[in-house]
Amino acid sequence: MSGRDRILGRVRRALADVPPDEVPYEQALQRDYLREHGARSVEETVELLAENLADYRAIVHRTTSKELADVIGRLLSERGSKSVLVPSGLDAEWLGRTDAGRADDRAESTPAELDRVESVVTGCAVAVAETGTIVLDGSPDQGRRRITLVPDHHICVVRVPEQVVSSVPQALERLDPARPLTWISGPSATSDIELDRVEGVHGPRTLEVILVSDSSEGRG
Amino acid sequence: MSGTYLGMPAFPKAAHEAVRNETLRGNLRHATHTIRAKRATAVAEVSDWALLREAGKRIKDHTLRHLDRYLVQLEESVTAAGGTVHWAADAGEANRIVAELVKATGESEVVKVKSMATQEIGLNEALEAEGIRAYETDLAELIVQLGKDRPSHILVPAIHRNRGEIRDIFRSEMSEWGRPAPEDLTDTPAELAEAARLHLREKFLRAKVGISGANFMIAETGTLVVVESEGNGRMCLTLPETLISVVGIEKILPTWRDLEVFLQTLPRSSTAERMNPYTSMWTGTTDEDGPRNFHLVLLDNGRTDTLADEVGRQALRCIRCSACLNVCPVYERAGGHAYGSVYPGPIGAILSPQLRGTGSEIDASLPYASSLCGACYEVCPVAIDIPEVLVHLRERIVEGGPATREGNKVVLKPAKGHAAERAAMRAARWAFSHPGALRTGQRMASRTRRLHPRTLPGPGKAWSGSRDLPTVPAEPFRDWWQRTGGGKGGAK
Repeated sequence: MSGRDRILGRVRRALADVPPDEVPYEQALQRDYLREHGARSVEETVELLAENLADYRAIVHRTTSKELADVIGRLLSERGSKSVLVPSGLDAEWLGRTDAGRADDRAESTPAELDRVESVVTGCAVAVAETGTIVLDGSPDQGRRRITLVPDHHICVVRVPEQVVSSVPQALERLDPARPLTWISGPSATSDIELDRVEGVHGPRTLEVILVSDSSEGRG
Repeated sequence: MSGTYLGMPAFPKAAHEAVRNETLRGNLRHATHTIRAKRATAVAEVSDWALLREAGKRIKDHTLRHLDRYLVQLEESVTAAGGTVHWAADAGEANRIVAELVKATGESEVVKVKSMATQEIGLNEALEAEGIRAYETDLAELIVQLGKDRPSHILVPAIHRNRGEIRDIFRSEMSEWGRPAPEDLTDTPAELAEAARLHLREKFLRAKVGISGANFMIAETGTLVVVESEGNGRMCLTLPETLISVVGIEKILPTWRDLEVFLQTLPRSSTAERMNPYTSMWTGTTDEDGPRNFHLVLLDNGRTDTLADEVGRQALRCIRCSACLNVCPVYERAGGHAYGSVYPGPIGAILSPQLRGTGSEIDASLPYASSLCGACYEVCPVAIDIPEVLVHLRERIVEGGPATREGNKVVLKPAKGHAAERAAMRAARWAFSHPGALRTGQRMASRTRRLHPRTLPGPGKAWSGSRDLPTVPAEPFRDWWQRTGGGKGGAK
């Protein structure tokens, strides 16, 4: 007998005491928990995202689309980065004000080659205000999963307010499970030494999030 | 489960030794108290916690109730997305499957994400026997592996080590496994984390095979989810060419949407964070992004036996958050090693005896490793009534009775060590059903009360060693009631 048949047979025998129940799942399950916590204006939701990102040691910047290239150029130069990884679909204008050498996100690159690149700039799929999370889904402006992992400095651009949701349930609604997804809440961290949180282990030790709005009210 | 734990002494003996270790007690007290307070804050942030907890419980119960259907659906979804599904009825089968998959790649080393399932089956030792070296990459697992130690906590396997001990282990052992620790390494957590980063990076960059577990598997979509903090998980899940995930069959959720409950309750319950730093979700394989080959090994290893127990099956709702360990007064004092299993603490006390059966001394003693205070139930994000299962398992050990082992119905014999308890219960049953004899006995007891010893002789000695015997009243209650008419008119 195959392992499969054996396990499925055991499961069915184990459940022999359970009466059959053919109520469809979504009817059987009451989802009476909240879709989001608290009522906020759009601007307040963006503010909460910024607060929670910063609370987990991400560095948050706010700017307008007009000034975005300047901000990215400044962050790369302040960091002293000589090379920056670029996803294939990243808006070319975003890197219009930097001297850092471009390294393209290519399938052929080895992990060791990626390890020599200092920074990476990406967009994101969605950002979650209540938890201070950005989610990447491998779209052309975000690239392969490994490019936001191996370099030590990640700059992530979030378009506000359209890419921001309040809560985890709202974020899942927007995401496609068929895509490879990475949820990022602050730089890599560990609680393994005496259950105290220490930032900076294997993933990027510096995470900078730029909240960029189209209005002219953004702060630089 | 892992051979490492065979022949472990029963919990009382192991705990007796552990509580004398003052460093261990200090380390555990510090760590568990730190996380307890933080968890309470993180949970208080969500006003609908009770509803999320209830929904988590119902989702898991529904899934277990239809587990056969969801397993088949998951297999279809994973296969359709480019993955290969394997089924392992026990630890030996799972280890064989993984070893063969690794050998087929031609590689002799693998990088591992922290995984309870692979610890449970003793995968590292099984691979070692096949000439394959498994590198643990979670910081705490690394500390355990380098220190040739055993894990003592579900989330933080090296919780029993303080920073000074960790520094010493890094200094003396890292060079054996790869890049040595820096000469001037101090015991600040940031420096220790940096040392681990440097030590492991070369292994990540050259790894061709990654091995993981998973926190959740979505039947509807075939998506696997790994929740982590350090980025070692992302390294193992995305850099290698081949990924092998070993996952217990109870880790299924029916729909994508179900994650909205658990992604809110798990991080807050385990590391007391609104959200953990990294969560990876993948569905089969993706062209030119991440591993080209993905294998999912579905593991039974005692889970279906647990499922067959109507009271005990709720233990399969567990999402391995470890909140119950952090609040448990027994765990805080005895530490994780005393439980003789990769699953320590309250959840371990109900999970290990069900997964492994109650045949060994350690497993038969685990349901007693609790004061039944109920704190574990209060914090459990899927509302497992751990005290209820503990009492149920105690009954099964003392009385014996029907159980399921490796898929077969068996009748367990009453445990030997509880003969005195059973004899006392039999005597009580007889006395209570013979009122005349009970009356005579009670009067006799009252008359001789001055002669009663403070401690029990024989098999009762251990029990009264830490308890005072109740004193017998001067007059039996029933005599008093008859004499005074229940205390009417203030009679005494």
